[in-house]
Amino acid sequence: MSGTFVGMPAFPTAARAALGDTQLRSNLAHATHTIRDKRAAVVAEVEEWEELRLAGAGVKEAALRDLATHLETLEASLTRAGATVHWARDAAEACAIVAQVAHSHGVDEVVKVKSMATGEIGLNEALEAEGIAAWETDLAELIVQLGEDLPSHILVPAIHRNRAEVREIFLRRMGDVGRPAPADLTDEPAVLAGAAREHLREKFLRAKVAVSGANFAVADTGTLVVVESEGNGRMCLTLPEVLVSVVGIEKVVATWGDLDPMLRLLPRSSTGERMNPYTSTWSGVTPGDGPQEVHVVLLDNGRTRALADDVGRQALRCIRCSACLNVCPVYERVGGHAYGSVYPGPIGAILNPLLNGVSDEQTASLPYASSLCGACFEVCPVRIDIPSVLVDQRAQVVDSHRGDRIPKAEAVAMKAAAWTFSDARRLGLAERASGLAGRVMGRFSRTTLPGGRTAAGRLPGPAAGWTGARDLPAPPKESFREWWARTDGGTHDDQDESGTTKGGGS
Amino acid sequence: MRVALQVTCVNDAMFPDTGKAVVRLLRRLGVDVEFPAAQTCCAQPMVNTGYFDEAVPVVRNFVDAFAGYDAVVTPSGSCAGSVRHQHALVAERSGDAALKTAVAETAPKTYELTEFIVDVLGVTDVGAYFPHRVTYHPTCHSLRMLGVGDRPQRLLEAVRGIQLVDLPQAEECCGFGGTFALKNADTSVAMGADKARHVRDTGAEVLVAGDNSCLMHIGGMLSRQRAGVRVMHLAEILASTEGTEAEPGGPAVGERAESAKKGGRG
Amino acid sequence: MSARDDILGRVRAALADVSPAVSVPAAPRAPDRGDLVALFDERIADYRAVVTRCTRTGLEEAVAAALGGARAVVPPGLGLEVAGAVVDDGLSAAELDAIDAVITRAAVGIAETGTIVLDHQPDQGRRAISLVPDLHVCIVDASQVVADVPDAIALLDPARPLTWISGPSATSDIELDRVEGVHGPRTLHVLLVE
Repeated sequence: MSGTFVGMPAFPTAARAALGDTQLRSNLAHATHTIRDKRAAVVAEVEEWEELRLAGAGVKEAALRDLATHLETLEASLTRAGATVHWARDAAEACAIVAQVAHSHGVDEVVKVKSMATGEIGLNEALEAEGIAAWETDLAELIVQLGEDLPSHILVPAIHRNRAEVREIFLRRMGDVGRPAPADLTDEPAVLAGAAREHLREKFLRAKVAVSGANFAVADTGTLVVVESEGNGRMCLTLPEVLVSVVGIEKVVATWGDLDPMLRLLPRSSTGERMNPYTSTWSGVTPGDGPQEVHVVLLDNGRTRALADDVGRQALRCIRCSACLNVCPVYERVGGHAYGSVYPGPIGAILNPLLNGVSDEQTASLPYASSLCGACFEVCPVRIDIPSVLVDQRAQVVDSHRGDRIPKAEAVAMKAAAWTFSDARRLGLAERASGLAGRVMGRFSRTTLPGGRTAAGRLPGPAAGWTGARDLPAPPKESFREWWARTDGGTHDDQDESGTTKGGGS
Repeated sequence: MRVALQVTCVNDAMFPDTGKAVVRLLRRLGVDVEFPAAQTCCAQPMVNTGYFDEAVPVVRNFVDAFAGYDAVVTPSGSCAGSVRHQHALVAERSGDAALKTAVAETAPKTYELTEFIVDVLGVTDVGAYFPHRVTYHPTCHSLRMLGVGDRPQRLLEAVRGIQLVDLPQAEECCGFGGTFALKNADTSVAMGADKARHVRDTGAEVLVAGDNSCLMHIGGMLSRQRAGVRVMHLAEILASTEGTEAEPGGPAVGERAESAKKGGRG
Repeated sequence: MSARDDILGRVRAALADVSPAVSVPAAPRAPDRGDLVALFDERIADYRAVVTRCTRTGLEEAVAAALGGARAVVPPGLGLEVAGAVVDDGLSAAELDAIDAVITRAAVGIAETGTIVLDHQPDQGRRAISLVPDLHVCIVDASQVVADVPDAIALLDPARPLTWISGPSATSDIELDRVEGVHGPRTLHVLLVE
């Protein structure tokens, strides 16, 4: 029914394939720049934005640091409000709970609100194996599901598709699973959205069981919050008789008042709006209004592993706004699939290793999928220092290989570099050798950089990773250190040994 | 005030002219800069690749080399960022209390060049002359890790004869990223290609930045594209004065040597 | 061990050396925006919703004009005569789907974000009635308008179901191009009563 991330290659390999897809590159560049500009405009409106970020980070950090207490409070509040609380250690337990609720009502379909947690646990596939169809009702999730595709963005899972591709998917696939798309469907986004409305309405009207996630879970009131745009969330949260919400344990905030900074931070960071069209909050069961049977599944699935990581813990503050994806220069060029997870981009590059560990090659490649430019940290509404966590995760990858019988070439090189850099005399000798290499290159190279320096063209071996697309200046004949020693810091005889003169120096 | 130059390993081995420019510039501004010969590298290549244990002796060497100075000045936003933000992590990892203390002393007195000139010396017009069309790329670590703000632009704007043009999407990463350039070479090149395109679109003769490692990446792409744009470290432009300015379109090293022999000091 | 006890045990183990005390900075307030009702009007209109200002005496007329003859459902406690309207008495989703419009009041209006919050009291009705019909006419009294999100949070009762509405339903899922009108009401018409 839909694709799977299982068996994805490591990031550099997946990225190479994505970079070759010019349609993808163009779709992503257009979409990320659009949303980036929108976010920047509405954030600029808020003079107190930096203080709001501090408040938002504080609310989430405080909740995480006393998580057991807040989870127990949440459980008690939910139960008091008429909800049934379940706990799931992992994906399999969570999926089994949802399937059991569906089976208890004898249904063979559920409608779903877009939810990262249910994507993470592979709920749709698990329900399908139980004979239950899970209909995605968010427009982008619908595009992904109908296209038997994979999500590539947290907010807009079909960001890699353009309007023409969406039209083709709707025409080809809607009829297989319900009301077909009209034959005269155009590729206007408004027309495509209209087709989704018609297609899904019959599913909303007949559904008995709905599945959602939650953006926030308020411990002291037992309130769940879903932030959305299209109204598909409201449909799922309101019309069916039974509602099951799968909620990661890190979604907890302590008090109702804590929602204040969060609801000001999330929409501007996420969709670039002052407020998203619809936010629904509910506390258990309301007699005569909405689902009369309400279940909440509190999900661990690696979150306690992340919580134990002193540096990485802050990643659990994430409110899934996807601002970090939209500004990431790596994400912009390779898209989300290369990350091999429902959590792509900078947050995915830290969250996946934190939730799952770095023992497999694909996950271990993620912390390196960044130039550490820091744009993600700058926009994060809850101030997750993603670059620092990336570096720490890299250290965990390296440390996990310290016992290897045959060390990686990189480890050998780093040890050699550390040895050289631990003593200036060793570095001086290495520079003299590189100066000699520079002289040789200077004699044979036919490439000259603007400004006159000789350059190395395409080199073999490990250097090929550099010189495949970039020239490399040949090492100078004299290092700075040698120049300083020879000229006593440029105070005498400032003519270097090649004969080039330099002004100043006295 | 005792001021030390941390030239950085990349500049020492690959771009000695940048180091020489910093020396000329600081002396012109009245600073008797010293070069502690024991210095090597800030350890950023190890730290950013995850080799914290390997970084420990390098950081130890750093704090030993620069002990006793009032200020450490470096022509690299990235290296200054590493010293100020990462050395403490490495010291923590070492479990060595003496190293932690030493790092806590060295890190706050380490300045990126433009921070030192603007904040410590209180100068924005360094008396430079550079009559060329120039565009400035703010490198990520100077911009976001250090927060140098508009100090480089203010220094450049005060250069006589310069024609400073805005770089489109200037704040976007060039794709260098240290070992990222090798481990994810395809993505790095894709990012660099866009940066190089923006540079070409400005029509500038010279691309200037505060980090030679980023410039090596962007310049390597521009050179491969035969774009005819020269990359220069900010220090080299600020060090240029009338009659001695570095020439952006100058002849090749060998030819220049020839002309120097014939014509003497130009 | 139950999953519950296991997870809570893991949480406690993970935080064994972590102090729970964190100072949470108070969320800042936005600077004074002046005329809140004018801002509310302007910000709702930014979402491409329709805003009509009217007086208390002109309200019935304004409702009729907003409906333009559409068949409407009203909550039992609307407190306003609407000719030809069906009063909700537990209509099914399918029955609601056959109705064009809904008229409700609101609990709070938020000026800064152009948001209306329904707390589904009898003058607003069940959540379903303001969701399924395609036109939502929402009556907001000027006295209900507050400056910003924190003011609304302080006034609202979390024990009640709440629906925060900022413009008509919308999506940006295709090329990040915003389109109004998906599953929720495609037209939002706010009657701002002064």
